[in-house]
Amino acid sequence: MDTIGTHSLDFFKTDKHEASRALSRSLQNRFLTLLCIALSLATLVPLVSIVILVLKNGLPLLSLHIFTELPPAAGMAGGGFGNAIIGTLVMVGIALAIAAPVGILSAIYINEYAPISRLAKTVRLVAKLLTGIPSIICGVFAFAIVVMRTGYFSAYAGGVALAVLMLPTILLTAEQALTGVQSAYREASYGLGATRFQTIIRVVLPDALPAIMTGIMLAVARAAGETAPLIFTALFSQYWANSLSEPTASLSVLIYNFSTVPFPHQIQMAWTASLVLVAFVTTANIIAQTAFSRKH
Amino acid sequence: MPTLAEHASQSTPAAVHESGRADFISVRDFNFFYGKKQALFDINMDIPEKQVTAFIGPSGCGKSTLLRNFNRMNELIEGVHHSGEIQLVGKSIFDRNVEVIALRRTIGMVFQKSNPFPKSIYENVVYALRISGQTKKSLLDDCVERSLRGAALWDEVKDRLHESALGLSGGQMQRLCIARAIANRPKVLLMDEPCSALDPIATVKVEELIRELKQEFTIIIVTHNMQQATRCSDRTAFFYLGKLVEYDNTHKIFSNPSEKKTEDYITGRFG
Repeated sequence: MDTIGTHSLDFFKTDKHEASRALSRSLQNRFLTLLCIALSLATLVPLVSIVILVLKNGLPLLSLHIFTELPPAAGMAGGGFGNAIIGTLVMVGIALAIAAPVGILSAIYINEYAPISRLAKTVRLVAKLLTGIPSIICGVFAFAIVVMRTGYFSAYAGGVALAVLMLPTILLTAEQALTGVQSAYREASYGLGATRFQTIIRVVLPDALPAIMTGIMLAVARAAGETAPLIFTALFSQYWANSLSEPTASLSVLIYNFSTVPFPHQIQMAWTASLVLVAFVTTANIIAQTAFSRKH
Repeated sequence: MPTLAEHASQSTPAAVHESGRADFISVRDFNFFYGKKQALFDINMDIPEKQVTAFIGPSGCGKSTLLRNFNRMNELIEGVHHSGEIQLVGKSIFDRNVEVIALRRTIGMVFQKSNPFPKSIYENVVYALRISGQTKKSLLDDCVERSLRGAALWDEVKDRLHESALGLSGGQMQRLCIARAIANRPKVLLMDEPCSALDPIATVKVEELIRELKQEFTIIIVTHNMQQATRCSDRTAFFYLGKLVEYDNTHKIFSNPSEKKTEDYITGRFG
């Protein structure tokens, strides 16, 4: 008993060496913890300061006119950027109409029909490479295949550029979502005599849908803020667009244009446009993170 | 072309002895391969109608593999092939005229891990009817009640049919999977270790259910639990290393096996 007792009490022995080592260990531990906390807080700094800055500079001009009126001519006061808001929504919509079906159907093919085929491997690799392509290249690409062919800048050229940008995000998140569906569900469905198509429509897709929608919203949020692809394709317009085949205004290009002119009112307006854009993108992101999260 | 289900029902008029034909399913010289690896060797056996046949044997002995051949679930795996024959009431299930979809509607399956869909209890049960295009509400309602009663689950869930199946307990989920499997009135019910993930009380319920269900269905159950085989099966097949070692009445297998290997296994000397 005695020997065991003294042995286990060695922890508390006031051996000088041991005590100083314990102290240094505990200091080290504390230092690293603090460092991690500090760096975590540091990641909040950019986002928080962007929001504060945009609110501070953008709020003064925020009013209903902003959403309903056209941009003012150079040096003039008043006006808004209703055409740019609609332009952004329309072009993101066009991009979504192209990229969502292509991305989701490709994901279904490469995950459900032929996951180990050479085609599937190629599509997966290309999609991953495509995520790394700078957005300006997407603009140049859409310029080459749409603007140069048709001979004019247009909303659908902008939509194509954004679609190229969105496609890999949608495809890869959709594939991930499908992979996440338990194979037991598929097995149960086949075991009950369902065809592959029925299994996908009735069991796999409903289960993967929330995650697929998250991917779509993330892609939308990213595309809505892009400037470079639109400068090459949709350019800008001071007016309401009458059709999809004419130069079209967008929030991001408006910010770019107005922030480089020497007129204070326009610069102010660029801040307000930034505020609207940040609000739009943040909302899309929050929806992506929360509304579609899996229930079970 | 008459479907297998029609064929099966034609062959069992009411006048036939209650236990039905002795070779409801017959397996002839059956070999099965996963790629180059052979999993089953020259299996020959007849499985009787409306009885419970248990497959026992140590892990990897091929009992699940054989079970999953009866409804051709193994075909979902890449690179498998077979030789020999499996017949359902005298007709080859591998015949090119047999539609695998129809086969799986005739031969239902319950899996080791209960796998209800993330849908309501109601939608789980009517899944098989929905995929065969049935939309008539009264028919679906009838099917839900009949199947859930058949699976001894009706009284526990009748007030929450439209709640998610994922809120049920493990034992209830497995009985829901049985209800789902019998909803389309299959002829055969394959059960792949249906109680291995259940607690003892839930296991008793499922075993009682199996004894009930054999009045209507031909049941084949894979189990690791030898007491379970003795409690609920009429015939028992012992597999070892991909071969059918012994196949006889359950009572005979467990009291007086002919093979030394069987005796060693059931007395717990290996496996």
